[in-house]
Amino acid sequence: MDTTLIVLTLASILADSAPLVFAVIGETLSEKAGVTNLSLDGTILLSAMVGFAVAFTTESLVLAFLAAMLVGAVVAAIVALSSIVLKLDQIAVGFVLTLLCGDLSTFFGNPYVRQPGPAVPHWAIPFLADVPVLGKILFDQNVVVYLSIVLIFAAWWWIYKTQPGLQLQSIGERPAAAFARGVNVNRQRFIYAVIGGALVGFGGAAYSLLVKLGWSYHHTYGIGWIALAIVIFGGWHPIRAAVGAYIFGGLQSVSSFAQSAFATLPTQVFQTAPFALMIVALLLVSNESLDRFFSGSPLARRVWNSLHGAPPGALGTVFEQE
Amino acid sequence: MEEHTTRRTSIVSDLGWLIGPVVLTLVLTTLALIVMGADPLKAYVTMWQGAFGSAEKFSSVVDAWVPLVLCSVGLLITFRAGLWNIGIEGQMVMGAIFAAWVARTLDLPAEVLIPLILLAGALGGALWALLAGVLKVYGRVHEIFGGLGLNFVAMGLALYLIIGPWKRAGIASTSGTEPFRPAAWLPNFPGLSVGPIEIVLALVALVVVYFALRGTLWGLQLKAMGKNIRSAFWLGIPTQRYALSAFGLCGVCAGLAGAEQAIGVWARLIPAISGGYGYLSILVVLLASFTVPPVPFIAFFFAAVTKGSIALPLDLQIDSALGGVLQGMLVLLFVLSQGVRSRMR
Repeated sequence: MDTTLIVLTLASILADSAPLVFAVIGETLSEKAGVTNLSLDGTILLSAMVGFAVAFTTESLVLAFLAAMLVGAVVAAIVALSSIVLKLDQIAVGFVLTLLCGDLSTFFGNPYVRQPGPAVPHWAIPFLADVPVLGKILFDQNVVVYLSIVLIFAAWWWIYKTQPGLQLQSIGERPAAAFARGVNVNRQRFIYAVIGGALVGFGGAAYSLLVKLGWSYHHTYGIGWIALAIVIFGGWHPIRAAVGAYIFGGLQSVSSFAQSAFATLPTQVFQTAPFALMIVALLLVSNESLDRFFSGSPLARRVWNSLHGAPPGALGTVFEQE
Repeated sequence: MEEHTTRRTSIVSDLGWLIGPVVLTLVLTTLALIVMGADPLKAYVTMWQGAFGSAEKFSSVVDAWVPLVLCSVGLLITFRAGLWNIGIEGQMVMGAIFAAWVARTLDLPAEVLIPLILLAGALGGALWALLAGVLKVYGRVHEIFGGLGLNFVAMGLALYLIIGPWKRAGIASTSGTEPFRPAAWLPNFPGLSVGPIEIVLALVALVVVYFALRGTLWGLQLKAMGKNIRSAFWLGIPTQRYALSAFGLCGVCAGLAGAEQAIGVWARLIPAISGGYGYLSILVVLLASFTVPPVPFIAFFFAAVTKGSIALPLDLQIDSALGGVLQGMLVLLFVLSQGVRSRMR
């Protein structure tokens, strides 16, 4: 394999993983605040459909992404309010929304099936794109890809380097302590869930306007579940989650190479592989015996601890602020 | 006497709290139809006739009712233990695969073959469910992700078998395998697509699970575990084994549903053999508030909506996903209204 091919592959992994990056960062923010938005698979389907439909009818990509973000925000708001105000189980509401949004996308998306439509245009950053190797990979893309990379570091900076970010961690870990310090826990949770949902919606539109152009029945094929698993795999850390998304994107492009190389293997193996991989990845990061294995030597433990993380202490629970 | 009246008022207020979500669901689906430029009244009439227009159509509703009931009672067991068995869809598929394997391999008279096929289906579903259970109990992989991943793997396996080793002579087609030998088919009532065996199977499952959850120590301990797994463990309940038993029994129900679809409805293995009934059963159980008695009625309503909406694209060029929209909307609004209700107390 020569350098140009490697560069082109890396560039395409970066581009194809962009929707997943938006989704995992959005969900990480939401879960950091304590709200599990399980509806991701439905939200991504519905926002991908709405994004494409709006772009198709109005020919405005800005409107398309805004509409998709609105869809994601509304779904997340339902999950958050049902938990905060109605004290309902986030998993139950999230799962119902997964199915409902999927069916809504099929029902309303019917007229747009297999219609040729707009896509996010390519836009190389002047000068930077001319840098050898790195320029081709990082700066010869489109605006959505640039935004996805900025978002990873912005989320990391916000969570770990700012005062409000510290509050965000506290409402997910120890809501009672945060409340005692004067933080309005439930309002903050709502805000982060909605922002997270909007980012997921943005990712959905990015999928239908950037990666797999257009709309078809169950267009995004389980990507929302993969995103939820990557959040766990990433240990609720934005950079590690993004790395997870890129590893996943990388494996997908490897598998498409493999598919042409091993034409005799049935295609179902390759379609099923991401989900089998998801189970194996979760098994690796959540297994107790590995924990024990690595705690033997201090160095191994440090490496292992940097590779996986624990969920926020109060994830998925209701906080009574009285 | 007094207890009797309070029970009656609670049923009345239960029904009252059901009317709100039902009316709002109808308003919203009607709006959705208007947005798509369809005549709502015509759409509802089409759905009604698609479900109840003839004896054949009604029997196809029962075809959907059977797996919905089987999966729902299975899910009641796992929910009682506090487990989200989303892998039920794949457990149905695995049941169908095991059933298809027996139906294709053994050349026996129907009286022996059909029980063997159903047993194989139950075994396939149970094994696949236990795999999700083992991942949960020993691997600490949340059952939602373990189960969901296994769903995709089971569906991939079914598709692989259909266009690979089990393909029809000469042509590899995703429409399904060669039909099974007639001895493997579940007998039907004359002229209909449904027969006595599957109906009895569903009813027996309902009764057995009702009494197992209500009247046995196992059921009570399962409930304790679902309410608070930590205190159940300290009380001496072997929670890991109980979780596995709940998974296994739910898998038996799902596997039976898959086998029944394979030999009772399609007479062959098709890629979409589970028909989404597993996921739909989760909605049935949520709407039944995790109790057994409402399940057969809700399952019947959902089966009618599912089968009725199949006629929509043919007659009115509306997507049949309207049925799913209606079911999902109803359950969402019901769950939300229950939240409002308990806040008002």
